Order: sequence, then C-alpha cells, then structure tokens
Amino acid sequence: MNIIVCIKQVPETTEVRINPETNTLIRDGVKSIINPFDMYAIEEAVRLKERFGGKISVVTMGPPQAECALREAISMGADDGVLVCDRAFAGSDTWATSYTLAGAIRKMGAFDLIICGKQASDGDTAQVGPGIATHLDIPQVTYVKKIEEAGEKSMRVERMQEEGFEIIETPLPALITVVKEINEPRIPSLKGMMRAKSAKITMLGQKELNLDTTKIGLCGSPTQVVKIFTPPQRQGGQMLQGETAEVAKQLVGLIKDEVN
Amino acid sequence: MDYLLTEEQKMIKELAHKIAEEKIRPVAAKYDLTEEFPWEVMKVAGESDMFGLFIPEEYGGMGVNVLNLCLATEEFSRACGGIAVCYAASALGTFPIVLFGNDQQKKKYLPDLAKGKKIAAFGLTEPEAGSDAASIKTTAVKKGDYYILNGMKHFITNGGDAETYTVVAMTDKNKGARGASAFIVEKGTPGFTFGKKEEKLGIRASSTRELIFNDCKVPAANLLAKEGMGFIVTMKTFDMSRPGVAAQALGIAQGAMECAAKYARQRVQFGKPISSFQGIQWMLADMATEVEAARALVYACARAIDAGCKDVGKDSAMAKLFASDVAMKVSTDAIQILGGYGYMKDYPAEKYMRDAKITQIYEGTNQIQRNIIGLQLIKDMAK
Repeated sequence: MNIIVCIKQVPETTEVRINPETNTLIRDGVKSIINPFDMYAIEEAVRLKERFGGKISVVTMGPPQAECALREAISMGADDGVLVCDRAFAGSDTWATSYTLAGAIRKMGAFDLIICGKQASDGDTAQVGPGIATHLDIPQVTYVKKIEEAGEKSMRVERMQEEGFEIIETPLPALITVVKEINEPRIPSLKGMMRAKSAKITMLGQKELNLDTTKIGLCGSPTQVVKIFTPPQRQGGQMLQGETAEVAKQLVGLIKDEVN
Repeated sequence: MDYLLTEEQKMIKELAHKIAEEKIRPVAAKYDLTEEFPWEVMKVAGESDMFGLFIPEEYGGMGVNVLNLCLATEEFSRACGGIAVCYAASALGTFPIVLFGNDQQKKKYLPDLAKGKKIAAFGLTEPEAGSDAASIKTTAVKKGDYYILNGMKHFITNGGDAETYTVVAMTDKNKGARGASAFIVEKGTPGFTFGKKEEKLGIRASSTRELIFNDCKVPAANLLAKEGMGFIVTMKTFDMSRPGVAAQALGIAQGAMECAAKYARQRVQFGKPISSFQGIQWMLADMATEVEAARALVYACARAIDAGCKDVGKDSAMAKLFASDVAMKVSTDAIQILGGYGYMKDYPAEKYMRDAKITQIYEGTNQIQRNIIGLQLIKDMAK
C-alpha cells in the first residue's frame, strides 16, 4: 500500500501570536513541531505499512525549515519526504494550499491512500485535507478513528461523530483525516533518526509543478483575513422548563417579544 | 558546557531526553508508589534501540559504547532514577556476555536483549558477600553436560523480571576468588526460583529480589569464558558498568537541581521570587557547579573506556564516587530550597533524594571506591 501523509509544521504553543499588520502567524522565537494531529496520521501510515508493506511518502508545504518536520516523520518510519516550497506559494489560504498540495501529490505519482491530521493546531480550519481530496477528485472520509479493514481496492473505517461513530467503506485511492483516538504515536528509533538524517528530501517549487498562477499564493487565495480577535465569552442562555406544549408557548412568546 | 559530542551522541541524548520527558516523567510517581516493574517504558526504550547501545552491531545492537550508555542513563535518571536503573541493570547483566561470551552464546542471547524483548540481570551479591564479593557461597558442580547450582543471591536488580541472568558461583571453593565462575541462567530453568522482593527507600520502580538455586541444572554451554574466570568477568563488567551508575547519579542530581531552580523562580516570599535572594542563588550555583564537575568526570571516564585505555579502575571509581556524593548533596539541598513543600510527596524533590542514596551504596559502596582509588594512588607512587 502506497501512502502519502500530509503534514504541517506549526509553532509549539497553543498561544499563537499574530502579526497585527499582516494578520499572519509570527513564527520567530517559537520552536516548530509537527502539528500534533499529523503525528497520528504518520503513526497510522507506519502501522499500515507494517501490516501490508508498501511505501510512505510525507509531504509538507512550508518554508525551508519545514524540512525538519519531514525528517522527524522519516525517523518514525516514513520512507521519503517532499518539501513543497516556493516564494510563489507564500500567503496561501486553505484553498490555495490544498490546490498546491494536490498538484505536488499528482507529481509524486500513484498512491492508494492519503492521510492527514484532522486539523492543524495553529489554524484549526480542518479544510486542507478535504480540499486536497476535492482537487484530486477522490473520495474523502474525515475524522477517522479506526481503520477496520484495508484491501487493495477499498477500505472500511470508523468515522467519529459527536455521539458514536459511522462505519464507512470507501474505494481507494482515497483521502482520510484522522483524530487522536486512532492511535498513540511512537517515539522514533535511533536507527530511524540516523536514517532520517541522511534521507533525501525532494524539493518541489512552482518551476517543477507549473501550477495555475491565479490559484496559488496570496493572489490565489480567496480568503482575506480582515481581523483576528478572541470572541467575547458567550453569556449563559435562558433555560425553559416544563411540559413541551407549555415550553413551546413560552418560547414563541419570547421570540415575539424579541422581534418587537 | 559543551562536551563536543558527536552527531550520533547528540541524537542519542535528544532521543533519550524525549523518552524521559514523554514516557518516564509522567509515570515516575506512579511506579514509585506501586513498586511495579515499568514494562511500558522498557518497551518504548526497546523499540527506540536504547538497549542496543551496549550490544555490538553484529548481534543486533548499535555498537558497544559506554558514553552512549551513560548519555541515555543520565537522561532517563533526570526523570526517574528507578526506571533508569531497570534499563542500566540490563546493561550490567548483558556486559558479561558481550565481554566474555562465545559466538554461540552471543548469537543466542544478545539479539533479544538488544531489542529490549528480554531484560538482563547480574547475580553476584549474597547475604554474606556484599563488598567482600569473594566470599560468595553459591556453588556450581559439573555433572556431565550440566552444572548444578545451589545457593542464593540477594538484592538482585531486575530479579524476577529479567529473563537472562549472569550468575557468579564457586566451581572450586578451595581456590578462593580464583574458584569462581560465571554462568548464563535463563528464567524458567528447573531449580531456579525467586524469593523475597525487597521494599526499598528509593528507586522503587526497579525490582530487587532474591535468586534461589536449588539443584538448578544449567547447561555446561552456558559457562562464560572458563572455569575460575568468574571474578575477572565480574571486575571487567564493573569497569564497563560503573560509569553507568555514575551517570544515573548525575541524572538524579541534574533533575533535582532543575526541580529546585524551577521552584525558586515560582515561589514568592517577602514579595519576590525566592530565586532573587542571594542565599538561594548561591545554593543553586554550588549545585550547578558540582553537577557540571560530575558530568565532566563521568564523560571523561566513559570516553577513556571507549578509547580502550587500560587501568580505568581508578577513573571509574572516582566518577562513581564523586557523582553519587554530588547526587546526595544536590538532592538534599533541593529539598531545602523547596522548604516544607520539598518534604512532601506532592513535589518530586524528596524522591530525588530517596533515589540518590542508593548510588552511594551499590556497585561497590563509596568506601570501597575510595579503597580502589587510594590503593591505586599508592601503587602509582611506588612506581
């Protein structure tokens, strides 16, 4: 089974600082780590490889220093890494990022499965994984908490819901995003770290990918961040109690009052 | 201080640090309380190739290197001296096979030990043979293709949990120290059972048990080196493993110092963090200096062994003596800095002190280390 894992390097902090002028992340002075949710994606890929054999390629889009994240993924058991890196890609929103990554994945060749973390701990959008599947026109299953069966042509997974889970069977190739319930990421091995140190990282830029320039980078990003702020805490609501009919009556009355 | 570690050594330190922070520190207090064997941590250490650091590459390890072993033990001990010793004691039990095993023995035992699938232990100490190791009473009598072992070992680290034991027994009582031999004994060998599990002051995650041999039939093929080599095997093993105990003490001292420094920055008295008081700063400064001096001695000694220097007995005795005395002093001072809180189990300071004490005692008490250093000094002067 050939697997591609998409990862993102994020600042190691839950208190992300934002540049008030550009509304982008301040990366200086903050240690970078692999997005914690992507660690589950890497681990699941390694477990699938241990079961079925095959190859794992990790891909990330980011600045040159994101190479460290790829090497860390290789130390955990991935085979090689691809760094999608170009000034032309800077300022991408989730749409442009997923378009660019989809372009890179096409270039990387045939695959059976793409695994992403459910979302990144800095942006929290959960959009890039589904975006890649859309651009590649392949099926997607988000919030996967267990891979029940994986065959050559299809796989059956459990998709987490707020209450309980769905069992979904999807043809392959497909893209899944995984939640933390799926596994416990391993600590790398010393042999893995040594391998990672000398592993080859392929660099892909606009020259290699030749993407539609209107769909990449800041210009290709329909999202405009106008303002970033912490929303005020919601005030506690009003609870209505009693018989259903009585509560409905009260509710209608309250809405009427509000409208008037 | 920069110890000019190689890229590989930096990697080992980084990985051991990660294991310590993510897998050992969160469970240290639990195992200290329950005295259960920390299998979950041993599994992680095995999968991360940490047990390979004292085993040659041709037998599935990463190559024998005492400094590498010290780096891993130091980092583990920063988080828990008890869990670290489960690891380091496996090295102690493995060294006799690495140093004196024949190819067949190495092929049979080392690959599983390198992966951490099995843990090793070293059986020397007896109730009446501690510092005076030559007075061991356990016997091994050859009968056909077997040696029949009878006797008892006690205070054996990893006893009961280890699968592979190297045991020293007398094959010829009349020859004294030259009548001892070393054997590999597998758990489950008929006549080999375990006795009392000790309840300890510190390093409580590690198991310490009696080994009981009652007409235990050990295949003659499990004799290490030759009959009568038992004490040479032991001494050479201790030369390799003693820096590991020093590294354990060093890690405990480092951990205790970090605990005290962290607390001093947070604790506010008289309107200021107590770290702003000179009295506290001077204590921390002494702790830091002593820890660094211990580290320099431990690393230098490990490097000398790795470089194949002869007569490292005095060096490794100095490293073990100094690092363990530093661990005891620094961990005691750490409690002092934490004041009343330091005495309570809610904070890790008191555990560092309990864990530190044993490093002054085992693998040769510090008094025995001083004997070794003193005798060697006098010998050198007489040359």
